[in-house]
Amino acid sequence: MIDNTVSTAGAHVSARGWSWRYGSRSRPTFTALDLEILPGERVLLLGASGSGKSTLVAGLAGVLGADEGHESGDLLVDGAPSRTARGRVGLVLQDPENQVILHRIGDDVAFGCENLGIPPAQIWPRVTHALAAVGLDFPLDRSTAHLSGGQKQRLALAGVLAMRPGLIVLDEPTANLDPDGVAEIRQAVETVARDTEATLIIVEHRVDVWWDLVTRVIVLDSDGNILRDGTPHAVLTTAREPLTQAGIWLPRSTGNTPATSPPVFTTAFGRDPLLTATALTVGRSPAAPAAASDLTLGIVPGQVHAIVGPNGSGKSTLALTLAGLLAPISGAVTASTGLAAGARTAEPLRWRSRELLTRIGMVFQSPEHQFLTGSVRDEVLVGPRALDRRALDRRALDRRPFDRRPLDSRAPSRPPAVPDGRVDELLERLHLAHLASAHPFTLSGGEKRRLSVATALATAPRVLVLDEPTFGQDARTWAELVALFAELRNDGHAIVTVTHDERLVNALADVVTTLAHSGI
Amino acid sequence: MTITQTPGRLAGINPLAKFLVAAVIGLVLLLSLDWVSALIALLLELALLPFVGLAPRVLWRMLAPIIIAAPFAGLSTLLFGRAGGDLVWQAGPWHITSASVSLAIAITVRVLAIGLPGVVLFATTDPTDLADALAQLWHLPARFVIGALAALRMVSLMAEDWRMLSLSRRARGVADGQGPFASITRFFSQGFALLVLSVRRGSVLATAMEARAFGGDIPRTWARTSLFRPRDVLFVSAGILLAVIAVAASLLSGAWNFVIS
Repeated sequence: MIDNTVSTAGAHVSARGWSWRYGSRSRPTFTALDLEILPGERVLLLGASGSGKSTLVAGLAGVLGADEGHESGDLLVDGAPSRTARGRVGLVLQDPENQVILHRIGDDVAFGCENLGIPPAQIWPRVTHALAAVGLDFPLDRSTAHLSGGQKQRLALAGVLAMRPGLIVLDEPTANLDPDGVAEIRQAVETVARDTEATLIIVEHRVDVWWDLVTRVIVLDSDGNILRDGTPHAVLTTAREPLTQAGIWLPRSTGNTPATSPPVFTTAFGRDPLLTATALTVGRSPAAPAAASDLTLGIVPGQVHAIVGPNGSGKSTLALTLAGLLAPISGAVTASTGLAAGARTAEPLRWRSRELLTRIGMVFQSPEHQFLTGSVRDEVLVGPRALDRRALDRRALDRRPFDRRPLDSRAPSRPPAVPDGRVDELLERLHLAHLASAHPFTLSGGEKRRLSVATALATAPRVLVLDEPTFGQDARTWAELVALFAELRNDGHAIVTVTHDERLVNALADVVTTLAHSGI
Repeated sequence: MTITQTPGRLAGINPLAKFLVAAVIGLVLLLSLDWVSALIALLLELALLPFVGLAPRVLWRMLAPIIIAAPFAGLSTLLFGRAGGDLVWQAGPWHITSASVSLAIAITVRVLAIGLPGVVLFATTDPTDLADALAQLWHLPARFVIGALAALRMVSLMAEDWRMLSLSRRARGVADGQGPFASITRFFSQGFALLVLSVRRGSVLATAMEARAFGGDIPRTWARTSLFRPRDVLFVSAGILLAVIAVAASLLSGAWNFVIS
């Protein structure tokens, strides 16, 4: 007899005086947390960026290594310590790329069942059922490599469902997805919630996605204490103020989008573009198929230029090409004489690495690729220090009589010493000051993103190219970033931003370029 | 690295049967250095090649590396091999004799005869099937086999990581500096960054695997059963037969020379 339903009894979750401190941090993430979640409840767990939400769910899923920190009290699933509750709890992480385990879809979904010792005859019906529940109707032997982000997240959810867990935990499942992917995963979770009795815990910044699906909302403050706990309606009506202060994104209908300066189109800085792209066709390498073709753009000072479009439409590739990092397949990116002054050529691609620093700054889609040092503060200083070295080189050159290149007055002037004040100010504004000595890799997703923005801003480049700068931000840090970008724009910097964030486009964009899906 | 799905008749053969065939042919051909056994084996392999069900283009892509490499192995034997017999050609330090010519031919043919089955059989093996076979038939530890299989998927991400690391270093102003010393320093520092990144990816993957009950105390089951079927036995027998024919022909012709003697 094969039981083909996905339903299973919901798990009872409780934290009793649970405390946790990471080995590398001086402050505990949680202190004596008490929490009861009844079987079948659907909980939205909210909290400011870095409030320990991911730590709590990792603890519940039993994947918080005892050697990673100091623990006291109990974290129980159905009365048993969560570490022993393997298979009772299913966890979906926020990173779609690194949680695909096997090469074929069917095998990946079957993986958890195998580990639980389910007889093979029962595994495949479970796999088919789980894939159907999340709406992935591919052959079981389809490769997992070419799924989109949303599909990978649904695959992870299917892998969890096939284990028939009593508790399903979703840790920011939509953080790395475009709007289509978000809609897909929301739809899948809704189906799961309808079909199973499993307890559900969702950690998210995007409250609007989940608001009408959950039965309970728990809000954590930045010290890991429970700030509010109740029905969505009750929490929303009684706690609007503290929620806003804690940086929680409220449902859009209730409208707490932080006020920002509306786009001010100004020609005070001239309408001559700093960067001009002519008949530009971009691709990941000159031999690769074109990701986006025949684009003509002008990046004007004092303007925010948003590049939008679905995943795979070549937005990131275009950003890297504009930033002088990637050679175009055809066409050219040219800097204005003002921007190129002092550099070898007018073509950013041919500039030296240090020549880019004060001219074009780039914030990469994945911040982890960008980090070079062991502390947040050193990370911000990398750019200024590289410039400092150049200033020293140049002074050495200046001593030679035959090389008296005047420093161009239009290029941003820069004191030779590392501007400590500027670094502190940046860290302060981006809410990173308290983490100045932390290792960049230990930051939360939202913090890493802000740090990568800070590293680009540290050398005050005239053009800023940002690839998804608002990923993973809570409402407060989002508003802080947007205000900072607005300020930079008003100071005459040109900003190019690739984004899926409609709020960002609405709040800042002066020009919007929409790329269509190239079908690759 | 992408795992290319190669359909064809060999995909249905158990990976361990393929491994055994490649091993038998390889080991037997390593025992002698004559050209008869290698040539017979190669001819038989070529005769069987059309039956594996792979398109000529696919085959060419698979085999190009050994087809290019084999003559080089022969060439070095020709130039530096043991001298003997008549002198064919002499220039500077090089003496090409009739012995080195025949040895060079033997080596070239041998590399092809060993390489061809090895490459074709390995390239038609799905890593998942291989892992299943190793864990279920040879009882290698599941933790090790599945871990390696999952890690293999991560390898494909490393090329992209390396590229992004290069670009981001340029964007951050630390990619200047000419000269071999600066480049070597940069290469190692970037290599270290790649290592750190891979370890981090690996640890997320490990968490995801752990969250799906991997590495627990429950005895693991296998959704895909790896079977050593009669046709796999036949396949291995055919491989052994091929090796026997090659050796027999060589012995009968008197060309066989045992390397360990």
